Amino acid sequence: MATTQVIRSEWTKIRSVASTVWTLSLAVVVTIGLGILISALSKNEFDNMSRDDQLSFDPTFISFAGMSLGQLAMIVFGVLVVSNEYSTGMIRTSLAAVPQRGKFLVSKIAVATGLCLAVGLVTSFVTFFVGQAMLGDLKASIGDPGVLRAVIGGGLYMTLIAMFSMGVAAMLRSPMLSLGILMPFFFLISNILGNVSATERIGQYLPDQAGSRIMQVVTPVDDDTPYGPWGGLAIMVLWVVAALVGGYVLLKRRDA
Amino acid sequence: MIELEGLTKRYGEKVAVNNLTFAVRPGIVTGFLGPNGAGKSTTMRMILGLDHPSAGDVRIDGKHYDQLKDPLTYIGALLEAKAWHGGRSAYNHLLCLAQSNGISTSRVREVLETVGLTAVARKKTKGFSMGMGQRLGIAGALLGDPRILMFDEPVNGLDPEGIHWIRNLMKSLAAQGRTVFVSSHLMSEMALTAEHLVVIGQGRLLADTSMADFIERNSRSYVRIRTPQRERLLDVLHEAGVTAVDSGGGVLEVEGGKSERIGELAAQNQIVLHELSPQQASLEEAFMQLTAESVEYHAHSDTPREQPWGDSWNKGA
Repeated sequence: MATTQVIRSEWTKIRSVASTVWTLSLAVVVTIGLGILISALSKNEFDNMSRDDQLSFDPTFISFAGMSLGQLAMIVFGVLVVSNEYSTGMIRTSLAAVPQRGKFLVSKIAVATGLCLAVGLVTSFVTFFVGQAMLGDLKASIGDPGVLRAVIGGGLYMTLIAMFSMGVAAMLRSPMLSLGILMPFFFLISNILGNVSATERIGQYLPDQAGSRIMQVVTPVDDDTPYGPWGGLAIMVLWVVAALVGGYVLLKRRDA
Repeated sequence: MIELEGLTKRYGEKVAVNNLTFAVRPGIVTGFLGPNGAGKSTTMRMILGLDHPSAGDVRIDGKHYDQLKDPLTYIGALLEAKAWHGGRSAYNHLLCLAQSNGISTSRVREVLETVGLTAVARKKTKGFSMGMGQRLGIAGALLGDPRILMFDEPVNGLDPEGIHWIRNLMKSLAAQGRTVFVSSHLMSEMALTAEHLVVIGQGRLLADTSMADFIERNSRSYVRIRTPQRERLLDVLHEAGVTAVDSGGGVLEVEGGKSERIGELAAQNQIVLHELSPQQASLEEAFMQLTAESVEYHAHSDTPREQPWGDSWNKGA
């Protein structure tokens, strides 16, 4: 059985369920909408900021502020793409059609990742340009050093967070369990760990904290993060690889 | 051809499938019979490579399932109901299966037509009735035009017309020389469709026989007698060397087809008979007898009645 056959089949699966459309549109709308709002608010607040805050003002990163919420929709997409197979019983039909489980999982994740990358990059570019438009004379230009990297990085970040969720869902199988762990983790726990000084050292190695570094252009004044933008993204990639390998090993060993 | 060799599945301490060895041959419908929880579905999942056997081996045309290139074109299976995403249309469900095995789009329309779902092909499957769901599952099994077909409880949820349709479908598939393996917990259903019979109970093989042999060996014929002069008749029968068993409710039963002889004996001795009827035990009873020891979930019988062939099927209750 050719891998291209399985890829086509997975594409049919992904485009023929409503959850694909609503999760991805939600990710786009929330990321861009919240980006516009926070960019506009930041412009008005700029004059009241402390000198340090003004020096570390990062117009690129500000326009990506909506991603903290938009990523949750990407997580839902990643979880559902995999766990739908289990919650519906489709997995048995799928594995009877494609008994090579590695090929099945790789094809599914490849198709979902390709879609996320396309959506993520478009979202990232749109949110950057409309965000900068809101920031007026504080705005960054796409030609400024590090800005293009940050904007492409925003798309990569959204893709990787979805891939990580796919790996977790492949391990846990249940959509409710996967979402119940991932949503509070990325919305609350990671932020708390990253902002409390006692746990900051651990927090900065979490996938979202490390990965979002790629979207920063201006380094904060008192920053002591031990990795740069690409180093941070590499840490996130390691998390993604670990989750996917875990998912593959369990899929291979378990009864469907 | 499906070949099982010492196939075993354990879940911790519990043995769901115990050392099954048998072959399913082409050209006939093979019935796979067993009470609920006997291990039929687990066995079928192992045939499809979905569950990993704890021991033993199963091969399809000599190959393991995952060695088959485009497996849906070798073996099509209807597993337990609703093994698909309810938000996807019937057409798209079959399309994604077809694409994964290099099967043409026109074949998708063909099988939808065969099972009678063309009118609802674009509708989401979550609105399907149980019977429509069963038809969609059968469409998925037929999709690759496979030489081997496997149906797990196919008549479940079908209306009488649907049941009639699936019986004829299975027979015609076998008549085309295909291997048809169908599970059921109803002997009566099997008697109508299957030529060969594999019976399991608590995961163990209880019978692997042709349907004709099974019927001949297991259908008990006896004579049912009712009389107001019970003691007198028993004496007469005893003297004549005929053994009668009291089956409760004033009914006597005599093994074998000796109704003429009993009638003549009664007449000679001027005994009044209220009933003298030759009986044939049903296959359902034969099946219950065979699986009696292995039935996992016994129901308590409300009217305890002495079983002429032993009361073993109530023992575990």
